Amino acid sequence: MAQNTVQYKYKPGNLLASAPNKLRAESLRAEEMIINLGPQHPSTHGVLRLELLMEGEIVREVVPHIGYLHRCFEKHAENLPYSQVIPFVDRLDYVAAMNNEHVYAMGVERMLGIDQQIPKRVEYVRVLVAELNRIASHFIAVGTYGMDIGAFTPFFWIMRDREHILRLLEWASGSRLLYNYIWIGGLFYDLPVGFEERCAEFVQYIKPKMAELETVLLKNEIFIRRTANVGVLSRDLAINCGVTGPILRASGLRFDLRRVDGYSVYPELDFEIPVGTGEMGTPGDCWDRTYVRVQEIYESLKIITQCLDKLNGEHKRTRDFDPQALLPKKVRPKAQDFYVRAEIPKGELGFFFRADGKSDVPFRCKCRSCSFVNLSVVPELAKGILIADLIAIIGSIDVVMGEVDR
Amino acid sequence: MQPFEEILASVKSKCTHSEAVADETATPKAIRIHADDLLSVMPELLNHPSLYFDMLSCITGIDNGPGHDMEIAYNLYSIPFGHHLMIKVKLDRDEPKIESVTHLWRSANWLEREIFDMYGVIFLNHPDLRRILMPADWEGHPLRKDYKHQDYYRDIKVEY
Repeated sequence: MAQNTVQYKYKPGNLLASAPNKLRAESLRAEEMIINLGPQHPSTHGVLRLELLMEGEIVREVVPHIGYLHRCFEKHAENLPYSQVIPFVDRLDYVAAMNNEHVYAMGVERMLGIDQQIPKRVEYVRVLVAELNRIASHFIAVGTYGMDIGAFTPFFWIMRDREHILRLLEWASGSRLLYNYIWIGGLFYDLPVGFEERCAEFVQYIKPKMAELETVLLKNEIFIRRTANVGVLSRDLAINCGVTGPILRASGLRFDLRRVDGYSVYPELDFEIPVGTGEMGTPGDCWDRTYVRVQEIYESLKIITQCLDKLNGEHKRTRDFDPQALLPKKVRPKAQDFYVRAEIPKGELGFFFRADGKSDVPFRCKCRSCSFVNLSVVPELAKGILIADLIAIIGSIDVVMGEVDR
Repeated sequence: MQPFEEILASVKSKCTHSEAVADETATPKAIRIHADDLLSVMPELLNHPSLYFDMLSCITGIDNGPGHDMEIAYNLYSIPFGHHLMIKVKLDRDEPKIESVTHLWRSANWLEREIFDMYGVIFLNHPDLRRILMPADWEGHPLRKDYKHQDYYRDIKVEY
């Protein structure tokens, strides 16, 4: 029997009932129209839908609609022991999973009060893999941004170089993107034998490629014209909107939680915090945001080199070193409210925990994701601009929808 | 760094409905205030020259389950002074209502919408209080402790 194969109850009004437009066609003035951009659109970096009020090519208002990738992270976290939440944390910002794990593990360790006992080698390995992943994430940001506004070649070059990072991390953890490598109180494995040498080779390999990237993308006349003076975000507005990460730094504020909070072993490492200066236009424009990301890749390379020195010298691998030695048998923090924050490639990732002291399951685990807050600045930036510039702005914000929707 | 006691004193001086209570077990240290005092305390925290909490990092809704209350926790940070603060407010679980702080910090806009979506807390004077993550025709507020998901959403079985 031929059955109706449509698995849902189709009604013409379904779309409007579930994702209604905020703007109404009746209230449009002459020459105005409503355009729907996304959720399936290559330049929205995932499933982001933007409702645009246009007047010709001029954007009058932007209303972002999100939630297409909502996977109930917070609800899951309320039903799982602390250690089993880590794979879910990976899937928040899936291009920088190591950084997410690092923040989460650090938060739970501080709640348990074991954060001072973590061996230095474990901390250096954590920072090493997190910085490798930060480079990979910035590669994605810069590469896809170039592609958004018409520079196709840098994307392929960058993806080729990112592959080396992914292979290194796969060698260490067993998977390419979602690692489950940093555990509460330690690591899944120690680094594989020979990792340090390969990693040092990668640093040597990538440096000339970065110079190449700067020439072909950042200093490219077309790129500069598309991005300079576009989407200028002033410092005060950025702070008031809660924007963090490279976007805030591009607006001229030297604010990096790695330096401000000085967590993990970052106080022992030497690195700069690049800020946007308005070299090609105004401080806080799209060019500055890309520039800051590229500069941060250099800084991450510096950190990696220092970590490798430590891992080859002072905190050399020993036969009896067990990265799982300190894993708590039972993760049961005292009853408390705890907010932990740290710098991931896109800004401040925060976790709010409420532990009830009686169970191994968090009573409440809220994820304050940076992409979510950063994305909320788009309506402020996109008033009275051209639609082509809107694409440039969204790309420069560098949102990962997995983290926006959680 | 501004000692916590001084912050507590300035918060206390602004509270009229009930005494502000410090909660030192929380990290960062928290102050619990009455919901009706929110709009007198928050502008003081933002504008006072020696407090100047210019960044609202996070707003968290917490549901303590049926028979208990609901809570909202605000995480504030001051970039020039480098001090942290958590402000906690209790709400009636049956009819949760609180003033919005969007006019002070714009970052509150989406964070409050998310709490409205997940807990059904009404933020008074919010400029744009719509659901943000769930579809607009979804039933119930998923992060409430007694939430029962609907069986079918347009004939699609809802499985968890």
